Amino acid sequence: MIYLDNAATTKPCDEAVQAAAQAARLCFGNPSSLHRMGIQSEKLINEAKSVILKRLGLQGELFFTSGATESNNLALRGAAQAYKRRGNKIITTAMEHPSVARTMDELEKEGFEIVRLSPKDCLEDFEAYMADSVDERTIMVSCMAVNNENGFKTDSERLYKLVKQKNKDTVVHTDGVQGFCKTALKGDLISLSAHKVHGFKGIGALYKSDNVRILPLVFGGGQQKNIRPGTEPVELVASFAAAVKAYPCDLSHFDELKNHLCERLSRLEDVYINSIENKSVPNIVSFSAMGVRSEIMLHALEEKEIFVSSGSACSKGRISSVPDAFGLKADRADSTLRVSFCMENTIEDTDKLAEEIENGILRFRRSKRCRA
Amino acid sequence: MNELIMAKYGEIALKGLNKGTFEDILLKNIRRRLRSLGKFQYMKKQSTIYIEPLEEVDLDEALRRLETVFGIGALQRAAVFEKDFEQIKTQGVPYLKEALENVRSFKVEAKRSDKAFAMKTPEIQNELGGAILEAYPHLSVDVHNPQVTVMCEIRDKGAYVSAMRITGAGGIPVGSSGKALLLLSGGIDSPVAGYMMAKRGLIVDGIHFVSPPYTSERALMKVESLCEKLTAYCGDIRFYCVPFTEIQEALRDNCPEEFFTIIMRRLMLEIANRIAQKNDYGALVTGESVGQVASQTLKAIQCTDAAARYPVFRPVIGMDKKEITQIARKIDTFDISTLPYEDCCTVFTPKHPKTRPDFDAVIKAEKSFDFEPLIKTAVENTTVKLFRVEGNKE
Repeated sequence: MIYLDNAATTKPCDEAVQAAAQAARLCFGNPSSLHRMGIQSEKLINEAKSVILKRLGLQGELFFTSGATESNNLALRGAAQAYKRRGNKIITTAMEHPSVARTMDELEKEGFEIVRLSPKDCLEDFEAYMADSVDERTIMVSCMAVNNENGFKTDSERLYKLVKQKNKDTVVHTDGVQGFCKTALKGDLISLSAHKVHGFKGIGALYKSDNVRILPLVFGGGQQKNIRPGTEPVELVASFAAAVKAYPCDLSHFDELKNHLCERLSRLEDVYINSIENKSVPNIVSFSAMGVRSEIMLHALEEKEIFVSSGSACSKGRISSVPDAFGLKADRADSTLRVSFCMENTIEDTDKLAEEIENGILRFRRSKRCRA
Repeated sequence: MNELIMAKYGEIALKGLNKGTFEDILLKNIRRRLRSLGKFQYMKKQSTIYIEPLEEVDLDEALRRLETVFGIGALQRAAVFEKDFEQIKTQGVPYLKEALENVRSFKVEAKRSDKAFAMKTPEIQNELGGAILEAYPHLSVDVHNPQVTVMCEIRDKGAYVSAMRITGAGGIPVGSSGKALLLLSGGIDSPVAGYMMAKRGLIVDGIHFVSPPYTSERALMKVESLCEKLTAYCGDIRFYCVPFTEIQEALRDNCPEEFFTIIMRRLMLEIANRIAQKNDYGALVTGESVGQVASQTLKAIQCTDAAARYPVFRPVIGMDKKEITQIARKIDTFDISTLPYEDCCTVFTPKHPKTRPDFDAVIKAEKSFDFEPLIKTAVENTTVKLFRVEGNKE
C-alpha cells in the first residue's frame, strides 16, 4: 500500500497512540476536579499547550477544539462578533477551505461585507494584494497559510506585517491546518488540526494572541476560559502534543520527493503541474493528466494500492472553487490529482506512482481528439 | 385498554372472483412487514384486515411500516372494548382526546354488524356524539364536512372506537402481478420508476452496471442504499450487479463516439434480457422520460427499445423532472440519488451525442465489433445480493 493522501489525513504516529493510551490509563481525571487526579490532567493539558505553542514559536493562548472546522468557525464568528462595532468588512480569499468559506457566507448573510480575493489576480505578490484591500473598516483578514488542494503558500508572517501596517486593529486569522509543522505561521488567530500531523481526528486547536478578543460559540461550565467550554479531552490533547513533538523539523525529504515526482511526470505527454513553482510547499503536488478524469485515474491507482486524492477529500466529489481561484481551465481542473507526502514516503513510491500514471494515461486517455 | 389496526383495502375491494388471491398476498406482505415487531392476530372481514397485537407492541412503528404497503387504501388505529355501551362511553371518549382537542367539528359514524347488540345504529351515533360534546365542549357536530370522523363499530368479537385515519400507499399488493427487472442507474428517475411499478403489484428487482475504475465503490454503495430504501415499498429486492468495464472500453475503442450512449444502453438491455430469461422475469423497467436527455428522444428510445425482448415499462415516461422529484422526495430516495458520484451512464458521455440517431446506422456501428463474448462474460460474472425489507431481516 502506498498512501499519498496525507493532506486529507495522516496515519497516527506511535508516539500519539502511546500518549493517548497512557493518558487514558493513568490520567483520566477531569481537569476541572479539585483533587490530585484532576490536577494531573490539568498539568498534562498545560504541558501539551506549551509543546504546541513552542512549535508555533508564538506567545499567547491555545484553545482545544474538536478540529479545524470548529477552530475556523470559532475564530471567524468569535472575532466578527467581538469587533462588529469597529467595522463590518472582512477580507478573505477565494481558495479557502469550506469551513472558512461557508462561515464567511453565513457572516455575509448576517450583514458583514465579505471581500474574496483570488490568487490568480496577483500571483506574484498575493500578500501585498490582500493587504492593499485593508481599510479602516476592515475588522479581519483571513487567509490559509497553505492551500489544501495545490500546496500554494501564503507567507503569513509577511501578510501579518503588511496588514498591521495598514490597520493595526485588523485581526489576522490564519488557517494553519496544512501549514502547521511545515512552514512558519503567524496570525492573531491560527487554526490547527492534529490529524494532519500524525495525530488523531477529533482534536484541533485555536491559537489566540493576547491582544485580540473573541466570543465563544458554545456555552457551558467555564473550561478553557469560557471560550470553548466542555471537559477537555485529555487523551486527545496529550496525543496531539506527542504528534507535534515527534514531527520532524528537517523537511528536505519532501523536496526530494517532489522534485523526483515532478521530473518523472514531466516526461509524460500532456501532464501539467498545477502547483505554482516557488510558491508551494513541497509536500503537496497537484497535477493534471489531460484527457483522463480525476476520479477514473484515482480509482485506477486504487486498484494498484496507491491512494491519492482528486482535489480535496473533504468535499467528496463536490465541485471545488480552488481551480477557479487559480485560473485553472475546466478541462485541466477535471483531470486534477493531488499527491501529498508524509516523511515515510520514498522515492520508490513516487516512481511507482509515475509508472501507474503512465499506464493509466495509456489505458484511459481517449483518442487524439480529447488531448488538450 | 387494547388497541388494534384496521387496514382497509384500496383497489382490491373492487376485485371480483379473484379478490381472495389479492387478499392472501396482501395479508402475507403485512405479516412479513410486522413480523419482527411482535405477535399479531390477523382477521379478514368486509374489505378490512384487522391486525390485533397479542402482546405489547409498538403500534406507531407498526403503522409507519404499514403506510408503505401497497394494497392498503387506509389505515385506522382503534381501541377495543367489550360490547357494553357504558364502557364504550366512559373509556372511548377519553381515548379520543388527542384526535379531538385541536379540531372544531366532528361526527360519529356507527356500524353494527352484531345485530344482537341492544342499541341501533342511529342511537349509538346520538348517544356517543352527545357524550363527546359533553366532554369536549369546544366541538360542534358537522355531518357533512367534519374535520374528524369518529368511528364506532360493533362487531362479533367486540366494539371498536377510532378517530385516526391515515391514507395508505394505495395500489395493489406487491407480488400479485409478476416479476420485473428494474434498471437502476443511481439517478433520481429509476427508483421512482421501481416504486411506481411495485405499486401496480409487480415484484421489482434491481440490475445495475458497474465499471471500475471508471465508477467508484461509492457509486455502487449509493445504488445499494437506494435498493435498501425501496424495500419499504417493494419488499425484498434481489440486486444484480453486472461488471461492465470491458464492454464500455470495447465500445469506446470500436464504435463512433456519437453512438456511445445508445449502443451502451442497447447492450445493457441485452444483458438485462438474458438475466430476465434466466431468472424468470416478465418485464424490464426503466426510468426514462421522453426528451430528458439525448438518449431519451423518440428516435433514441426506438433504437434502445428494439434491443429488448421483454416489454419495457417506463412509468415516468410522461412526467416532468419536477413531478418525478416530488415522488423521489416522498419515497426518500432523492437525497441519495443526488449524491455526486460518477455512474456507468456518464462514463464516456460523448460531447455531441446524436439526438436523432438513425436506427440502421446504430445497428451497423454495433455490428462492427463482436460484443457477444464480452456480454457472455458479463452475465456469467454478475453478482446477486438480497436486500430484505425491514421486519424480514432476522
